Amino acid sequence: MNTAIAFLLSMTFLISIGGLFLLVWGLANDQWGDGKEAAKSIFAEGEVGRVEETAATPEQKQQLREERDAGELDIDQTELADRRIFDRSGRTPVLWWLTSAIGWLLLGSLYGLIASLKLHLPDWLGGHEVLTFGRVRPAHLNAVAYGWASMAGVGVGLWLIPRLFKTELRGGKYATAGAVVWNLGLLGGVTSILAGYSTGIEWLEISWQFDILLVLGGALGAVPLIMTVLVRRVHHLYVSAWYLIAALVWFPMLLVTANMSGLFVGPEQAVLNWWYAHNVLGLWMTPLGLAAAYYLIPKITGTPIYSYTLSLIGFWALALFYSQVGVHHLIGGPVPTWLTTLSIVTSVMMIIPVVAVAVNHHMTVLPRWRMVLISPTLRFIVAGAMMYTFASVQGSIEALRTVNTITHFTHYTVAHAHMGLYGFMAFILFGSIYFILPRLMNWEWPHPWAISLHFWLVFIGFGIYFWFLSIGGWLQGLAMLDASRPFMESVAVTMPYLTARSIGGTLMTLGHLVFAAHFFMLLGRLGPKRDEAPQMGLGRFAKSLTEARGANS
Amino acid sequence: MTRVLGIIGGSAIILLYATLLLVVMPTVQLRTGENPPEALEPYSESELAGRQHYISLGCIYCHSQQPRDPSQAPDMARGWGRPSVPSDYSYDNPHQLGTMRTGPDLFNIGARQPSVDWHLSHLYQPRAVSPGSTMAPYPFLFRETDFLGDQIEVKLPAEYAPRPGTYIVPTQRAMELVDYLLALDHTYPAEELPVAPEVPEGEEAAPADDQQAANRID
Repeated sequence: MNTAIAFLLSMTFLISIGGLFLLVWGLANDQWGDGKEAAKSIFAEGEVGRVEETAATPEQKQQLREERDAGELDIDQTELADRRIFDRSGRTPVLWWLTSAIGWLLLGSLYGLIASLKLHLPDWLGGHEVLTFGRVRPAHLNAVAYGWASMAGVGVGLWLIPRLFKTELRGGKYATAGAVVWNLGLLGGVTSILAGYSTGIEWLEISWQFDILLVLGGALGAVPLIMTVLVRRVHHLYVSAWYLIAALVWFPMLLVTANMSGLFVGPEQAVLNWWYAHNVLGLWMTPLGLAAAYYLIPKITGTPIYSYTLSLIGFWALALFYSQVGVHHLIGGPVPTWLTTLSIVTSVMMIIPVVAVAVNHHMTVLPRWRMVLISPTLRFIVAGAMMYTFASVQGSIEALRTVNTITHFTHYTVAHAHMGLYGFMAFILFGSIYFILPRLMNWEWPHPWAISLHFWLVFIGFGIYFWFLSIGGWLQGLAMLDASRPFMESVAVTMPYLTARSIGGTLMTLGHLVFAAHFFMLLGRLGPKRDEAPQMGLGRFAKSLTEARGANS
Repeated sequence: MTRVLGIIGGSAIILLYATLLLVVMPTVQLRTGENPPEALEPYSESELAGRQHYISLGCIYCHSQQPRDPSQAPDMARGWGRPSVPSDYSYDNPHQLGTMRTGPDLFNIGARQPSVDWHLSHLYQPRAVSPGSTMAPYPFLFRETDFLGDQIEVKLPAEYAPRPGTYIVPTQRAMELVDYLLALDHTYPAEELPVAPEVPEGEEAAPADDQQAANRID
């Protein structure tokens, strides 16, 4: 047995090193694309240097132009006109996925808030079986992870597809059907958890009868990706497309394998459990979030991504390392040491893709950082990208045995999970939706102040949430490790921090209500219609350019 | 990159490889369930039903079932038991290892707290027997009656007691859940863990290192 393990471990090492060499060779011999050209592929001819931002008010747009006005004069107007058509080609499916996502966000926030309050007010609603902590908490997780983050991620992805492949979305009706099927599966799943029919496995509480609908809904949602990629009118597949394609491959593999957990017993099942639970973050949600960030950061700032080569390294290293980190959730548990060690090593190796992505995102924004203060969309996206970097580095450190001994089994882990799924994922999704919806509906956001209000509510709310819960969790861990302190001290020490977390959570929920109300106002085309062409936000700019050109000649 | 198939194939192979390492290998190595310890009894019907209530009520979100090694954490000193080993979980499907300790580890709660009365009062209203606890109460596993008969009465301090003349009695679910909790007893020695060398009869136990040192000084 030990020989077999030693063999497999050395194979891992050799394959990883071999893969790395292959990558280096590929880069050196330009097997992967034409660097700068590929990074520019999301722009129209002459578009580099132009700001694209429709969530901004006319004044903000003017300020943005002052920050970034390096456009070449000859912008390809036919390509922009085409893009307007592409943008609206996926309207029905995108709206289905996004609207459902926002419904789940509200429901998930409500469950989360109830669960949070119950941690420091245990007798509140204590007589209701359906609302007992052990049911509301998994209902919250499933609603926000599979309802909000996944559905919004797919919606944003569907909208990106025509832009990435420069053609209309094909097979949109399959994705619409997919949204319906996914909603049915999730509704059944969350209801069954509240009714007490959980499978009892974290992140997999939904039974296979409903999970099958998620797999089917996800597959239907992916049909347009396949159909459109086959008729693409671009030579290069842009970074965002890699992430979308890979996520589409990974999600069904993960969910189908994880639903076979009945074949495993005890610790083996726990290993499968955490292999799945961490991969669903790393190989499903993270790619969806990164795909959006990789498109929107360059697009809004009018600047091609900092380094195309780095994005390649980031992508393949993410696939290689993230897929093996899951067992760091079982450090100290009844599983083989080589297994937890492997996961700790790969968790630390995650620093490679994270730094690659971080350099790419942050270096693209850095020279034009003032745009973040002006553009409402970019503010959300950049905050999300920064929290991705933070959450990932924090995760690598947290996987180290010495740190994990303190944080394992405490609220610290919960705070960290929210830094990833909320700080990174939700912020990027908020920003993406602000960018997408005006183009989809051909109507501007009715109340730009509401976007700011949303941002500050969730930003401050989440700040309170994260820092208090992290500190409380850390103190809880220290108390638990000190045998001279009774266990009850580790409970008592968290109380003020858990109360603060509920306050932060309330602010976040208020922010979601503002966001949802604004979203539905735009869907109903309430509010003022401004004279500027909302698809591009460039109407007046193009006109003044024409005048400038006239003056030059 | 320009090749769709390259991305699809590459990403699928990488995940497949990770699955082999992380899921298949440990399963091949551990084979939990094939050799259950003799001292560990399979769950009775009632205990299994209770385990289902444990799952249904989401106890896992606050309680782990995996005491850690004394070299890592003082779980043993807290009375949570020796470090658990894979064979302890031979009958556990779905697993309930847990990742949170808002409350204490329960892997040996049956040995640590064997009183049925205590568990019933605790489930009905945790703060009745455990001041400072933030555990959720489970009054819906009990009912109020004015005729006690031969039913078990849940003993409660005045603060939580029902109005005079009525009694709180457990439902079948509460009794099954307590049955399961009492079955959580893994205090037998584990074969996989290193044990102190046995001393042949008639000989005195070898003195520990520090005693030897003390002896020399004498």
